[in-house]
Amino acid sequence: MRDYISSLARVIPPSGIRRFFDLAEQMENVISLGVGEPDYATPWHICDAAISSIEQGHTSYTSNRGMEPLRLELARFLYNHYQLEYDPDKEMIITNGVSEALDISIRSIVDPGDEVLLVDPIYVSYAPCITLAGGVPVPVPCLAKDRFRLTPEQLNEKITPKTKALVMNFPNNPTGGVMRKEHIKAVADIVTDHDLVIFSDEVYAELTYEGTHVATASIDDLRNRTITLGGFSKAFAMTGWRIGYLCAPREITDAALKIHQYVALSAPTMSQHAALEALRHGNDAMREMIDEYYVRRNLFVDGLNRIGLSCHLPEGAFYAFPSVENTGLSDVEFAERLITEYQVAVVPGSVFGEGGINHVRCAYAVSRADLGIAIDRMGEFIKEL
Amino acid sequence: MDKTDSLLLGLLEKDCTTPVHELAVMLEVPETEIVNRKRILEEKGIINRYSAVINWEETDRDMVYAIIDLKVTPEHEHGYDRIAEKISWFSQVQSLFLKTGTHDLQLVVKGESMHEIAAFVAEHIAPMDQVHETVTHIIMKTYKQNGIVYHEREKGKRLPFSF
Repeated sequence: MRDYISSLARVIPPSGIRRFFDLAEQMENVISLGVGEPDYATPWHICDAAISSIEQGHTSYTSNRGMEPLRLELARFLYNHYQLEYDPDKEMIITNGVSEALDISIRSIVDPGDEVLLVDPIYVSYAPCITLAGGVPVPVPCLAKDRFRLTPEQLNEKITPKTKALVMNFPNNPTGGVMRKEHIKAVADIVTDHDLVIFSDEVYAELTYEGTHVATASIDDLRNRTITLGGFSKAFAMTGWRIGYLCAPREITDAALKIHQYVALSAPTMSQHAALEALRHGNDAMREMIDEYYVRRNLFVDGLNRIGLSCHLPEGAFYAFPSVENTGLSDVEFAERLITEYQVAVVPGSVFGEGGINHVRCAYAVSRADLGIAIDRMGEFIKEL
Repeated sequence: MDKTDSLLLGLLEKDCTTPVHELAVMLEVPETEIVNRKRILEEKGIINRYSAVINWEETDRDMVYAIIDLKVTPEHEHGYDRIAEKISWFSQVQSLFLKTGTHDLQLVVKGESMHEIAAFVAEHIAPMDQVHETVTHIIMKTYKQNGIVYHEREKGKRLPFSF
């Protein structure tokens, strides 16, 4: 029989955590810091809006772009929170999570052979999506000494005549690093001089702890070349609803819309109703969750440093990214032994790119009590090494 | 009130036994500052007591709570204040509110039996000159108290790993 699998599907690597997943499944009493989603259930009034939409018979497709009231409300939200002005009729698409938004936007921009820069470490989906579009992912290191920000020096070093775009995800998964206004300004000229497109995944925007999030498209004239990607999963605890969005200048949105209408048609209708309710009335619950993440972050990072795992104070998202270098173990060995011997699940940093080597990602989206137990177990583990 | 005070109050309201050093770490301030802030909040009457939230339904001790609505005639120059003060003196009265709507005052009363609550209303509250109507509601089941949800359904299970 012929080998039917496409060469593109063959070259993309399998998930780097499959083995850990299997290990965790066999264990009891595991405290998982390996989960990239909130530990809160979606607020009840948001669930109710979706249930009510189903009861009222809103179970058909919506327009490809997404329901008009949702786009209007989102435009208002983006303006009020980040001073971003997007035309809800021409510059916005509601998508199946940010995952779809990043896939269709990459496929709208990237031609075979194009080089696409991406900050490293970075969320795992970008490089495979670039590869699937025929592009070449080129990591740009974001170093611990720079608090995992993108610097102009590192960016300049990787640009070639083939470079077409730059992918950034700040607040960053897995490091928790953020780009403040001055940091975006510092790379803006380089991006403009080389006429690059920016994919800016800002799904963790609301989870910025000191000061407020600065949207990439709000800086200078970057709006014309930026695709802003966002979603409801993290701030509103709605991961399972699969609802996100893409905002970009009309030309780009039109191209992405063509792909969206063929591969997805529209985002789930009930999820769109839930998202509308989240934008209209979800702010208080969201602020409560964010305050809780803030105190957990402080408690957890203090604990990590106390037991000897050096960790910078992440300024956003809900991840701590400590170095495990001084344990003498690689990040993979550390994570594997920690879950096997002490039943604490963390994700090896190398899964997120070379820049993650010798680090582990710990999500502090678990209760304070569990964070305390996790720190105790990790401390015991390090002592025994 | 600044952001730190606001967060501190929120943390104490959830768990007033949280040690000072832990509060200091969580709020990124020195321990002495936590001590000072707590003292000032206590002095201002913002923090009034550090107490436990008890779900008596789970104990073997009988405890009955009732909400009692009162229609009251306000007094010249004192309005509702003097009658409210008088009602507050009773140890059975856990909370007392002046409210809008069909009734004026609302009491939350604790007793060891329905009989005890009935006797309290009949002997102490109803006979007061200014009280001209009482409506007693016995609490049958507590679903949420002081921000704590009792009888919570089991949450959906998260995957042990996700990106």
